[in-house]
Amino acid sequence: MKMSLVKNPTNIIITGVGGQGNVMASRVLAGMLVNAGFIVTIGETFGMSQRGGSVMSHVRVSSTSILSPQIPQGRADIIIALEPVEALRVLVKYGNPDVAVLANSRMVYPMGVITGEFTYPSLDEVKSMFAKLSAKSWLIDATSVAVDLGNPVLSNIVMIGALADASLLPINRRAFEKEITKSMSADKRQINLTAFDAGAKML
Amino acid sequence: MNKLLSPAKTEVLFMGNEAIARGALEAGVSVATGYPGTPSSEVIEKLAEVAQEKNLYVEWSTNEKVALEVAAAASFAGLRSMCVMKQNGVNVASDFLLHLASSGTRGGIVLVTCEDPGALSSVNEGESRYFARMLEIPLLEPASLQEAKDLTKWAFELSEKIRNIIVLRSVTRMSHASGNVICGKLPEKYRTARFVCDGSFMDPLRGPVVSTPVVVKHNLQQKKLQKTREFFEKSPFNSYSGPKHPELLIITSSACFLYSKEAITMLGLQKRVGILKLSCTWPLPPKLLKKYLRLTDKIMIVEEVLPFLEENIKVAAMGMLKETGIKTFYGKMDKTLPSVGELNPDLVAAALGKIMKVKYKSLPAGYTKEIQKVTPLIPPREQTFCPGCPHRASFWNINTALKLDGREGIVCGDIGCYAMAALFPAIGFNTVRTLHSMGSGTGLASGFAKLAAFGLDKPVLALCGDSTFYHAVIPALINAQHNRADITFIVLDNAGTAMTGFQPHPGLAISTMGEAVPAVDISKICEAIGAKVAVSDPFDLEGTSKILTSFMAERGSLKVLIMRQICALSPEKKGKKKYLMQVKEELCLGENCGCNRLCTRIFRCPALTWDRTKKKALIDEVICAGCGVCYSICPQKAIIRTEAAG
Repeated sequence: MKMSLVKNPTNIIITGVGGQGNVMASRVLAGMLVNAGFIVTIGETFGMSQRGGSVMSHVRVSSTSILSPQIPQGRADIIIALEPVEALRVLVKYGNPDVAVLANSRMVYPMGVITGEFTYPSLDEVKSMFAKLSAKSWLIDATSVAVDLGNPVLSNIVMIGALADASLLPINRRAFEKEITKSMSADKRQINLTAFDAGAKML
Repeated sequence: MNKLLSPAKTEVLFMGNEAIARGALEAGVSVATGYPGTPSSEVIEKLAEVAQEKNLYVEWSTNEKVALEVAAAASFAGLRSMCVMKQNGVNVASDFLLHLASSGTRGGIVLVTCEDPGALSSVNEGESRYFARMLEIPLLEPASLQEAKDLTKWAFELSEKIRNIIVLRSVTRMSHASGNVICGKLPEKYRTARFVCDGSFMDPLRGPVVSTPVVVKHNLQQKKLQKTREFFEKSPFNSYSGPKHPELLIITSSACFLYSKEAITMLGLQKRVGILKLSCTWPLPPKLLKKYLRLTDKIMIVEEVLPFLEENIKVAAMGMLKETGIKTFYGKMDKTLPSVGELNPDLVAAALGKIMKVKYKSLPAGYTKEIQKVTPLIPPREQTFCPGCPHRASFWNINTALKLDGREGIVCGDIGCYAMAALFPAIGFNTVRTLHSMGSGTGLASGFAKLAAFGLDKPVLALCGDSTFYHAVIPALINAQHNRADITFIVLDNAGTAMTGFQPHPGLAISTMGEAVPAVDISKICEAIGAKVAVSDPFDLEGTSKILTSFMAERGSLKVLIMRQICALSPEKKGKKKYLMQVKEELCLGENCGCNRLCTRIFRCPALTWDRTKKKALIDEVICAGCGVCYSICPQKAIIRTEAAG
């Protein structure tokens, strides 16, 4: 039986800092949804823009039509952030009262914060901003779990595991396993499954 | 199985560049060449992955002009070939392209240009659609991912029908977008190469492939364009969607088609606005235009970046005024849409709303208020050199040498990740003074060095990356040497075309298809032209800046310093730490040191952070790449390094 979308179309934004595995997360998520029979459009920027800067993938899922690779402002349904202030950056542009936010709590300080020109909000402040700007939000320490698994970059898959558990999208462990069997070499699959499972227990 | 070789009729998630590569495979392409450049690189990368299996020859050439020449040879021998580049690459290839378009081609040949409106990964937002008009060649622009595949395949067929090259133009939001694509059939037979040259000058299939006699060949070329126009009149790639009698007609192409569709939905204008999507954009098909211009008097043209369609449609409309009547045009020329940068659904919806007098449902006022409160609290995130990046150390060396020299030397920059030293606050000092096209830094330096006679007597430095060296620097370097230009030329050699994803270049002993090939040594080339050459490791701060200062002091000749250190993101280095780094808290004097936080304000590595509570430097081990360079910059020796195990 074909699973259905909670909202058609569903607009997802995956954001983070260059090098955090943003693009890979969007591909895996989109792959799972294509396998499930949905029409998916991803829009993303990479190249020089990824060098230490903010990165963003727009993943749009529809059961009926092809959409623009850019989500209109204020029209995100789900924001997945690999870094807390990147969640805020996306929220103020694409958020609306119904949006759900799933963010990694591990901060990556922008250069301007390291040099002292800017201040990074505390996690409590981030949480209260999430509360005001979203319908639902989760802030989880995916990086620590990934570090324990041996590689901080796995935090992107930990987040996908958590997303599956949030029931915002028709995705589950079986769909993840099926997708990575297609897209990942055999030696990488087990650790990614472990990361997915760890994430699924975090909400 | 490689996804690119998925069986016919299967539906797969392709990136735009994969769809283009698949289209070429379905067309039976034999030779594919290119020069890396975002957002185009994946087309060649993906084809290289399946080269062996599909009997292709795939090559990253030294530059776009050479790439087009290599591809053209295959066409002359009857094979299908493709050449891929980013927008400014077309400028490089354009001299050959002018002559190729005049000589004509044989086997289907397609020039794919992936352009970057908004300059997301470029230092220009130039576009090459005008080349198609200027050089009189057909232009195609896919408007969806499925079309990216289908149109590429058709481009080869069209090229063989008219015996000339076709330009297929994509943009970042198409090339780097992904979506569902239904695969077509892959051919089972391969062509064999035969270069027949026993006919007369006038025989396009058996004569010599030349652009002379010029006027005769030019006339022939224009006839090919006329024939193309007829194909375009009937092409299913141009299509109308919308009501029978729209109040407004949008004419659009490429990603802007998707933005326009979305904007119409956002404003609920499905019953009032129609879209004519053109994927065959030069030469424009006049009968088709006439048919749709008649639908209404209000026309909006949505495109990126320059008003190419707008200009050409207006000219065409002038010629058919009697049949279509007077129109009001909205677009870039009347500022209905911004004339620079990339478009998106919001910008198109704003323009559309203004014309149609419809308002877009906005967010609740309370929510907007919260957004206004939160926005100023978000710290900006500028691009920066990666942790462990050799360029950070290289610019540290250059800056140190400039300061020691004390004469305010001029540094001419070039194109690569190292361009960030000119563009962004990637490092806490400003070194690079000029930044233009590939290789231009060396040409400019060659010129600056000649200005001493006019009163500008300063040391002149030029820098470039390894791939850039082969691409366009060599002629400028020979110019400098021959004309006695006193410059210190620095090669930031990080062993690959790093910015675009480590494509091999002539300096490496491996080809695009993974075969062993001779490496062309940069230092030997420089020595051969008579320059004084030295090689250093930029991570050796003391040794490198010593060479640099002595080179700058030495007057009257060309000096070359090759700073060699592999990119931190390269597959052989990524994730492997050479050193474990740590700040010894008791040694770090923090703000009382007198160094004015050299490590965290000036050196600017994302992994070298500042502990606000302790007011001391702190290494973020998750981010640190373990290059060990910061060990050398701390005046207190508070940053310590230990060799990492294994």
